[in-house]
Amino acid sequence: MKNEIIYSLQSPYRGEFKIHGYRFGSGEKTACIVGAIRGNEIQQLYICSQLVNTLKRLEQNGAIASGREILVIPSVNHFSMNIGKRFWAVDDSDINRRFPGRADGEITERIAASVFEEVQQYQYGIQFASFYMPGDFIPHVRMMETGFQTSSLAALFGLPYVVMRKPRPVDTSTLNYNLQKWKTNAFSVYTNETDNIDEKSAALGLGAVLRFLMRMGIIKYSGHGGYISSVVQEDNLISVKTESAGIFRGLKSPNDEVIHGETVAEIIHPYEGNVISRITAPTDGIVFFTNNRPLVMENTVVYKIIRRLHI
Amino acid sequence: MLMNVVSVGLPVDEQLTIQKNRLQPVDNQKKCKRVCIVTGTHGDELDGQFICYELARRLSKVPQQLKGIVDIYPALNPLGLDSIHRGIPMFDLDMNRIFPGSENGSAVEYVAAKIIEDIAGADLCIDIHSSDIFLNELPQVRLSRENAPRLMPYARLLNTDLIWVYESSTVLEATLAQSLNAIGVPTLVAEIGAGMRINTEYGLRLTDGIVRLLHEIDILQGEVPAVCTPGLLSEGELCLVSAEASGVFVPAVCLGATVSKGEHLGDIVSPALGQLQQRVTAPCAGRIFTLREYPVAYKGTLLARIFKDTVPA
Repeated sequence: MKNEIIYSLQSPYRGEFKIHGYRFGSGEKTACIVGAIRGNEIQQLYICSQLVNTLKRLEQNGAIASGREILVIPSVNHFSMNIGKRFWAVDDSDINRRFPGRADGEITERIAASVFEEVQQYQYGIQFASFYMPGDFIPHVRMMETGFQTSSLAALFGLPYVVMRKPRPVDTSTLNYNLQKWKTNAFSVYTNETDNIDEKSAALGLGAVLRFLMRMGIIKYSGHGGYISSVVQEDNLISVKTESAGIFRGLKSPNDEVIHGETVAEIIHPYEGNVISRITAPTDGIVFFTNNRPLVMENTVVYKIIRRLHI
Repeated sequence: MLMNVVSVGLPVDEQLTIQKNRLQPVDNQKKCKRVCIVTGTHGDELDGQFICYELARRLSKVPQQLKGIVDIYPALNPLGLDSIHRGIPMFDLDMNRIFPGSENGSAVEYVAAKIIEDIAGADLCIDIHSSDIFLNELPQVRLSRENAPRLMPYARLLNTDLIWVYESSTVLEATLAQSLNAIGVPTLVAEIGAGMRINTEYGLRLTDGIVRLLHEIDILQGEVPAVCTPGLLSEGELCLVSAEASGVFVPAVCLGATVSKGEHLGDIVSPALGQLQQRVTAPCAGRIFTLREYPVAYKGTLLARIFKDTVPA
């Protein structure tokens, strides 16, 4: 294992900001794994730390394939993490909306450019990501439909679902999108948590990446075979929205089955405690995403459901 | 007349409501033109608040001269404005990156879709921005190259120092202006001053420009304010000055100054060591149209933009 500095920047008041990269094996640049790009991605940092720990052990045991190199970048934005902010500490900009970056641009563009320059040299780019809507997912792998995507490769992670997303303009400055545009196979791995550590889903995410590396012949590793992934188009997920604002009482969790018309959540009057609105499932299916905030606005998406076509 | 554009319930005893003030002619309202003045997408940009006030004040005094509808949207992001928050509180994405929105998306995307729906069909829209708290900007209109031919005649009348024609970016497709231009509403983006403050001089100038434009498109009659001729800036005439060291930037020039190549623009200093970290000089001759406002700077921080040439638009 080699610990290298991918990028460094002198802060006026906080010493040197350094992005570390951990290299395993040597030779062809095969897989790069990126952890926390946002300051609240604690789960993503944790999974990467466990990945570094596991790869260190595998390397000591000669289990990294000859001529293959793996790079792990556990954190891109710990200056924000250390002060409890999600976005860049100085100007509140989102580094994951700055890719591919500019080497002579603003700070977050420079950070993005330095990370991108490293990651895009690899055949496979894997990011432990978080979503812009707060909530819990069924663990899954997400790919952008850029024309370069390969859903069959994403299935090798062995997570329950592979989600294909048609990119919107706001996606075009993310790491995942730009990697694909630059011909790196890019995958975003989503587990259940962001701000807190969920050991169970962290282990699932870690296992998925190790399984992928094993199946691509990059490491020798013996683990659980995982799931036979179902491929889902994000546009086909059924959004369930609130009709009233108030306190959210969710009755379903990710992976739960629902039937058409079943009550899946209640909205409670914030002062008087009575149920002011019941939210029902618009279809038979499986809960893919749930809101996890206790307060909800009107028109908030609180569930996304995978429609069940055949019973 | 205040009207609700969209209203969405907040969790505890409050509505998120976006309003507009409709100023309309006394008669013949059905066939008249409609112009929309929008601002407050970013909660830390306040110059638009003054401009909305000033425009509404002037138009209210001359209702008989109004020949078309002027819809003024002072606060597209009222929660951000009220809480000194650039974005929408508790929402990750920049509001000006989610247009045209979606009826089936999140609550904020739904709000964005309703704003577009309300403005759709207008004859012209002016989207007023300030810079953020970090940079101060001379009054300018920003146009994408693809929209420049259609919008340039309007942009020339807005009484700004310059018109900046930039190359299109996919990300900008998600802005309010691009989304409106895409559906046939000619939309100009005006940018003035710095975040979290009001520059009344710039505000009055842009208000004069809006009034001039209202005359040009036959929405307003009466006295026509004089406006200046803006310079035309494209990428070739733009010169960026970035920090080469981290520290505190102490400017030696003012926004709008004309500088020669090599002229001293300011210093980056280390307060702890009492040392000069970088003497910042102009890499080209021209006019400073953007200047760093917030002093703390990292290496790479944008300190100034210089307009190399002064070709009239």
